[in-house]
Amino acid sequence: MNPALRTFLILAALVVAGALIFPSSYYYRVGTLVWINTLAVTGIVVLLGYVGLVSLGHAGFFAIGAYATAILPSYGVPSVLAAILGAAGAGLLAAIVGRPILRLSGYYLAIATLGLGMLIWMVLSKEAWLTGGPDGMTVMGANARDLFKLVGLNLRSAESWYWVTGTFAVLGAVLAVNLGNSPWGRALRAIHDSDVAASSLGIDVAKAKSMAFTISAVYAAVAGALLALANGYITPEVGGFMHSVEMVTMAVLGGAASVFGALVGALILTALPQVLTVFADYEHMILGAVMVLTMILMRRGLVPALVDLAKRRRK
Amino acid sequence: MTKTKLIAAGVSALALSVASPALAQIKIGASLAVTGPAAFLGDPEAKTLEMLVEEINAQGGINGEEVELVLYDDGADPNKARTFATRLIEEDEVVAVIGGTSTGATMAMVPLFEDYEIPFISLAGAVVIIEPTKEYVFKTPHTDRMACRKIFEDITARGLSKVGLISGTGGFGKSMREQCMSVAEESGVEIVADETYGPNDADMTPQLTNIAGTDGIEAIVNPGFGQGPAVVTRNYDQLGIEVPFYQSHGVASDSFIELAGDAAEGVRLPATPLLIPDQLAEDDPQREPVQSYIAAYEEQYGESPSTFGGYAYDAFHLLVDAIERAGSSDPQAIRDALEETEGHAGVTGVYTFGPDDHLGLDLSSFRMLEIQDGGWVPVEQ
Repeated sequence: MNPALRTFLILAALVVAGALIFPSSYYYRVGTLVWINTLAVTGIVVLLGYVGLVSLGHAGFFAIGAYATAILPSYGVPSVLAAILGAAGAGLLAAIVGRPILRLSGYYLAIATLGLGMLIWMVLSKEAWLTGGPDGMTVMGANARDLFKLVGLNLRSAESWYWVTGTFAVLGAVLAVNLGNSPWGRALRAIHDSDVAASSLGIDVAKAKSMAFTISAVYAAVAGALLALANGYITPEVGGFMHSVEMVTMAVLGGAASVFGALVGALILTALPQVLTVFADYEHMILGAVMVLTMILMRRGLVPALVDLAKRRRK
Repeated sequence: MTKTKLIAAGVSALALSVASPALAQIKIGASLAVTGPAAFLGDPEAKTLEMLVEEINAQGGINGEEVELVLYDDGADPNKARTFATRLIEEDEVVAVIGGTSTGATMAMVPLFEDYEIPFISLAGAVVIIEPTKEYVFKTPHTDRMACRKIFEDITARGLSKVGLISGTGGFGKSMREQCMSVAEESGVEIVADETYGPNDADMTPQLTNIAGTDGIEAIVNPGFGQGPAVVTRNYDQLGIEVPFYQSHGVASDSFIELAGDAAEGVRLPATPLLIPDQLAEDDPQREPVQSYIAAYEEQYGESPSTFGGYAYDAFHLLVDAIERAGSSDPQAIRDALEETEGHAGVTGVYTFGPDDHLGLDLSSFRMLEIQDGGWVPVEQ
């Protein structure tokens, strides 16, 4: 089966299955967060899994999407357009700063992206007249409920956001899989293995890296816009360093090489803390243990390791 | 006749047993920042709630029903707070919620409580929480606007009017600076100097020198939080500035005096009566709650309670009081009773809610204190 179609079918089935078994809005709410994180982490997969570049500043792009969606409506821009502008703005910024930054590699690149993310966070928390400062701001505008009312469905708010974010996550994943299997995606993988070999094959390495960086920034920004709309309130923490780390952790935990890794990482790190509230005191310890063990026993992440295991058993 | 009576009695007995199951419980929810950057606020709040629930159950609960507290740690993350709020409402089916240690977490939860019609008492400071008034949302802490008013009131009472501001650029300092600017004129005060410093700055002498050099300066006010105000206080002392110096309620704790040392002598600030339990007048309505809160907290945890724990204390008692008066634990009834709260003496202040006032405090609940000989002394006009 075509990999993109397979991805589509599996993820769409998961979205629907979730909706079938969820007993209350609370589950839809957690589901919504899982899909938003899946979308953002899919962007990281394109950057980290395909090209092998680490960004510790992606929360910055996430925040640009979120704050554009929060700020622009107060200047008369409709929410959906504001979200699109936010994604475009994040992409543009990534394209502009990407060129010089992506000449770096390894730790140096990680630090440069970290700096970029910090700058964005600082602007968000200092410019109180525009962003509400450290206390954050209310997001006015579109509610996904209205979308469903158009077709005569009256859903609860949490439920409608679940469907919208699920749709975005599925589309994002299909797009990423298609990209990965295109000639361009193969060029990215070639760069992952060796810059020099790739450029000797006629690949414009700088351009390809910059494109991947831009695309993953757009993923993060769209996820940010969705979070802003679904939550109705945002603070500069969405652009904070810890959020950047969280996104990379999700990708690495699930397996950065595939979009299913993005889903599994997002699912574990979003849903597990909810399960662990029963052991509130040990929550961080258990999460830490899960991550350490995964890294020791399954270095490439959960999904690739499990796929390998399944293949070996079949033989 | 006897037969119908008998049936009626039987039916009502049945109805009773259905209406009040053997283990009647009132579930109260809370989402607080027990860990994370705001843990120094959320931790005493959580401890206070746990202590109070234990206490009230030992006394037989509210209206004979046991209280159960469902507490989640949102780490001051608005995203988590919103998820937990959904969980409290949908899964745990609580009748009221206390919490939102930070303004961000509170504001992320507010739309849910409005939507599901569950009463909510926030422990965060900002004015936006209760302005405009939201039907199901209340809060217990003073706003920074009130702190500014109280300080300016004291300044004008001393016959002064020209004020210099030196504010921290963190969330607290920033917000309070704006509020002070906006209430200055109506309070009869003129801001003649306006300086700021970063949260981690180690020396504020340049800013203070600027302020001290401003023509006609009569008082200095320092809206800020954490270690910054202690540094400003030391610098103020080192520069030998003579004009009166005011701190905010943000540093109203004994640790401020420890940090600032002798330089803190003569500094004034608005605070809750929690700092002066023994100096409250016998007929002061807040004397009893303040002293019993401090005694209970010290016995349970072996440390002094903080102002922030006090906010949780008040939120819980306001809720208990409302449930008792409503005679029911129906969320709508609780909300209505909460709004009718009148003259409820808490540790932060005396609360009187109304349809347009979901904070319920006036300036008199703030006490203007002066630091003398390393202790707090109330200044009364």
